[in-house]
Amino acid sequence: MYAFDIERPTRIADAVKLLSDSSESQPLGGGQTLIPTLKQRLAMPERLVSLTAIPEMQGVCKSDAGELCIGGATTHATVAAEAGDYPALAALAANIGDPAVRNRGTIGGSLANNDPSACYPAAALGSGATIITNAREIAADDYFQGMFTTALDEGEIITEVRFPVPEAANYQKFDQPASRFALTGVFVARFADGVRVAITGASEEGVFRWSEAEEALSKDFSADAIAGLSLSGDGMISDLHGSGDYRAHLAKVLTGRAVSAAG
Amino acid sequence: MPKDHGIGASPTRREDVRFLTGRGKYTDDIALQGQTYAVFARSQVANGVIKSIDTSEAEKMPGVLAVFTGEDFVDVGGNPAGWQINSRDGEPMKEPKRPVLAHGKVRHVGDAYAAVIAETEEQARDAAEAIVAEIDEQPAVVDMAAALKDGAPLVHDEIETNQCFDWGWIEDNRAATDEAIKNAPHVTTLELVNNRLVPNAMEPRASTADYDPGTGDYTLYTTSQNPHLTRLLISAFVLGIPENKLKVVAPDVGGGFGSKIYHYGEEALVLAAAKKIGRPVRWTASRSESFLTDAHGRDHVTKIELACEKDGTFIAFRTETMANVGAYLSNFSTATPTFLHGTLMAGNYAVPNVYVNVKAVFTNTAPVDAYRGAGRPEATYSLERVIDMAARELGIDPLEIRRKNFVQPDQFPFTSAAGLEYDTGDYGALVDKLEEMIDRKGFEARRKESEKNGKLRGLGVNTYIEACGIAPSNLVGVLGSRVGLYDAATVRVNATGNIAVMVGAHSHGQGHETAFPQVVADMLGIDENSVEIVHGDTSKIPFGMGTYGSRSLAVCGSAVVRATEKVINKGKKIAAHMLEASEADIEFTDGQFSVAGTDKSVGFGDVALKAYIPHDFPLEEVEPGLEETAFYDPANFTYPAGAYACEVEVDPETGKVTIERFAAADDFGNVINPMIVSGQVHGGLAQGIGQALLENTTYDADGQLISASYMDYAMPRADDVPFYSVDHSCQTPCTHNPLGVKGCGEAGAIGSPPSVVNAVIDALQSGGHTNVTHIDMPLTPSRVWSAMNS
Ligand SMILES: Cc1cc2nc3c(=O)[nH]c(=O)nc-3n(C[C@H](O)[C@H](O)[C@H](O)COP(=O)(O)OP(=O)(O)OC[C@H]3O[C@@H](n4cnc5c(N)ncnc54)[C@H](O)[C@@H]3O)c2cc1C
Repeated sequence: MYAFDIERPTRIADAVKLLSDSSESQPLGGGQTLIPTLKQRLAMPERLVSLTAIPEMQGVCKSDAGELCIGGATTHATVAAEAGDYPALAALAANIGDPAVRNRGTIGGSLANNDPSACYPAAALGSGATIITNAREIAADDYFQGMFTTALDEGEIITEVRFPVPEAANYQKFDQPASRFALTGVFVARFADGVRVAITGASEEGVFRWSEAEEALSKDFSADAIAGLSLSGDGMISDLHGSGDYRAHLAKVLTGRAVSAAG
Repeated sequence: MPKDHGIGASPTRREDVRFLTGRGKYTDDIALQGQTYAVFARSQVANGVIKSIDTSEAEKMPGVLAVFTGEDFVDVGGNPAGWQINSRDGEPMKEPKRPVLAHGKVRHVGDAYAAVIAETEEQARDAAEAIVAEIDEQPAVVDMAAALKDGAPLVHDEIETNQCFDWGWIEDNRAATDEAIKNAPHVTTLELVNNRLVPNAMEPRASTADYDPGTGDYTLYTTSQNPHLTRLLISAFVLGIPENKLKVVAPDVGGGFGSKIYHYGEEALVLAAAKKIGRPVRWTASRSESFLTDAHGRDHVTKIELACEKDGTFIAFRTETMANVGAYLSNFSTATPTFLHGTLMAGNYAVPNVYVNVKAVFTNTAPVDAYRGAGRPEATYSLERVIDMAARELGIDPLEIRRKNFVQPDQFPFTSAAGLEYDTGDYGALVDKLEEMIDRKGFEARRKESEKNGKLRGLGVNTYIEACGIAPSNLVGVLGSRVGLYDAATVRVNATGNIAVMVGAHSHGQGHETAFPQVVADMLGIDENSVEIVHGDTSKIPFGMGTYGSRSLAVCGSAVVRATEKVINKGKKIAAHMLEASEADIEFTDGQFSVAGTDKSVGFGDVALKAYIPHDFPLEEVEPGLEETAFYDPANFTYPAGAYACEVEVDPETGKVTIERFAAADDFGNVINPMIVSGQVHGGLAQGIGQALLENTTYDADGQLISASYMDYAMPRADDVPFYSVDHSCQTPCTHNPLGVKGCGEAGAIGSPPSVVNAVIDALQSGGHTNVTHIDMPLTPSRVWSAMNS
């Protein structure tokens, strides 16, 4: 680790100001990704601006429109415990990493990082969530822009994530044996106006929607409905844990299982 | 009724109190006045010529006290291999120098070429980054077959080949074995990989050196399984510091599994640095350094053939193996694929012909050496996989084919076709026990149940035999060992009757601090809590070859017995004097010395006190004090054996394997502490299951370790393993050591991989995948799925 300063503001405005002061500042969520990176000396920010002391960015609540609103610095453990109105989301959070990771890691950090194998991106895209920053609201469909790439600008922070609550939903995660991130994960959500299917862990472009499956499932929400479909292994991640073809196959299997489990 | 004390009882491990409450004292916990920090500059490339190393910037950085490069060590010795192996043509193995720091060339990613000593670790790290090394990257050799081809890039230019040796065992049996296979009615051939493993001890390697300019004494605190061996290597081969000027201390050590047997360059570096700057120097590996530089395990590519009669009677085993030794020869690296592997290639079987050929190959990868099981897992896996395959081809029950070929109880002592003399055993009893433990009769019903849930279920079995209690010095000397493999113990009875036992074995998870006192207390008829073990300090212990090869109890424990016997004998002399009887009439039972045929007796404690307060002592007949030392050199290896079974479910849609049941029936001879033995088996099974299903060490073609962190290297976790059923009630005591014990530390890791793989193949076959006869470990979901869909 290289030496750095750390600030712990208690208001969003102060955090944003600290981040815009210097281009060498970086937001710090739960540090579950950033701290290991620093320990390996792979990054050298001069200043970290911790977001976890800002009360406005904490906790789970419900909007008047019935959406689940989660503060950008809310930990996975809190989501697991308090997102009972959206059981598929609470279950997803409860299955991220281990207790230490869940007690520190935050939804904002996870979505800002957009690891191609992370779980939350599938939930956000699969639910059609809205990413709320200090500056604007971004629809999930516009937010994810490829592996580790998002619509966020420099210094922009995720203050809240708003999830519409579907009629039925389920997340199926197939663990990568070592990291236990998603080797492939599928989030399926059924809304009154259609079904969304988001796949993480598989594509070289990061999380994506499987539109053929959405179409088929919108007509018939059953595992059989996708029996005739398939995804191509081209453009899928291929590494020592599995080929692109394997991931494409898993995506289909897991979609079917998610549909069956969502009921 | 289970015993509540002494041999055969299961007191909980006294050392666990400090481990579990965070009070263990590890090398990195030792803080010396004025200590400084070492950080190494390590190669990023697998093979490269060092053109220049510019340390001038680094030397000027804040806090920097010294910078070393390979140039500073050209005049000191190399770190040697402990065994000399000769090739089939009689040529000695190729043994290029392994320097303290790389000089001229770097040979694997992580190879250290420079080191910085600074006031703080951060300063040392900053300075290490400021070293400018011009390293001309060369093509790397990673794959063994490619490394052996003409024109392959060389790991060591001076030896002009990447082949370390080409060894045949037993060379005189080669022609007969070839002939037997040529004429056999059935031959099963299997090509397999025994996957490379990264040891991943919980505690990374660490070394702190101290030098006293007043006396010229060095102290090295280091993560070692055998401090005396480390001292010997440093004294006799590397730095030439005399043993009486070098104290090596291995305090609490958080797991070794083999990787901490060896002497590493970092230990020599901190010693040299401590002398140069006149202050203590500490180095602690990061986890990344551990992945890149700890000696790895296994890594064999093997072709094995089993020739048999149509009824399954074995005629011959023939093996051709390439064994990766990595970039340098680590201390046991040449013994592991040869005498710890080839000699076991007859298994538990009365097979008449065995021939093994092993080519050891240098590659641009981390050195490979003994890792829990060391050679015997490789032997067991090859044998027990090919036997399973043959049974399937011949339509014979997998346990029946083994039973049919077992060495029978009345055949012991039995000289195997691979040249070892097995002293005792009853393999049939183990298999009977196993069938009961795994509920084999109920298997078909369980398989149907799994099928109803869309899963494939398989049952895999295997047996194993291993050679432990390493080793008879006269035998290993003939075979090329450069050291003797005895061990030593001193039993010191203090004046008030409590006892310190100085042992050459080192405990780093094995539970010696609990088990050894059980032996001494049992022999002396005293409370085991009044006996303490002292280990891991060359200044306190007479000598020792350390802990590996499941040798601690069989070899060092035997020395403890011998030393305790000497204490009893001396006690008899003292008691005879106290009781005014003749020494020949003194008997010792249950802690009392008594005069035979009388009611006159004196307790052990009184005798101890008398030894140290020798008023009216017959000084001409007996010296004061009560302390005895024994060295014990075993007469033979010990031969633990076992029968293992694994039951798996395979998800045919994803290829994921889940272990549903695992049973291990082991014969460890007599058992001192059954709870500790079960714990050792549990740990070994977890490692074996890790190898079979999870641990996937992968170098790319450029020699970069792709699986160099826990993000990509899968260690077994609690939910990867089942609740084990383990048993060690089938006991054929070792015939040649005083406790009749065999060793249990490695068995689980040796015996388990084949049964896991056999079970998965059985599951897939039952699901109609009849073309899938083998999958190389680790059986990750993607590999299983690919095998099913190819
Ligand atoms: C052992 C382990 C296992 C894990 N397993 C899983 C898993 O199974 N599934 C999974 O999805 N994830 C997993 N993770 C990742 C975990 O969920 C992390 O919490 C997450 O990746 C990052 O969140 P964080 O709050 O820790 O962010 P940090 O590490 O603090 O930050 C990550 C990045 O996001 C930026 N950032 C942080 N907060 C914000 C914000 N509010 N607005 C804008 N930018 C921000 C930081 O500057 C940094 O660039 C695992 C991590 C570990 C260490």
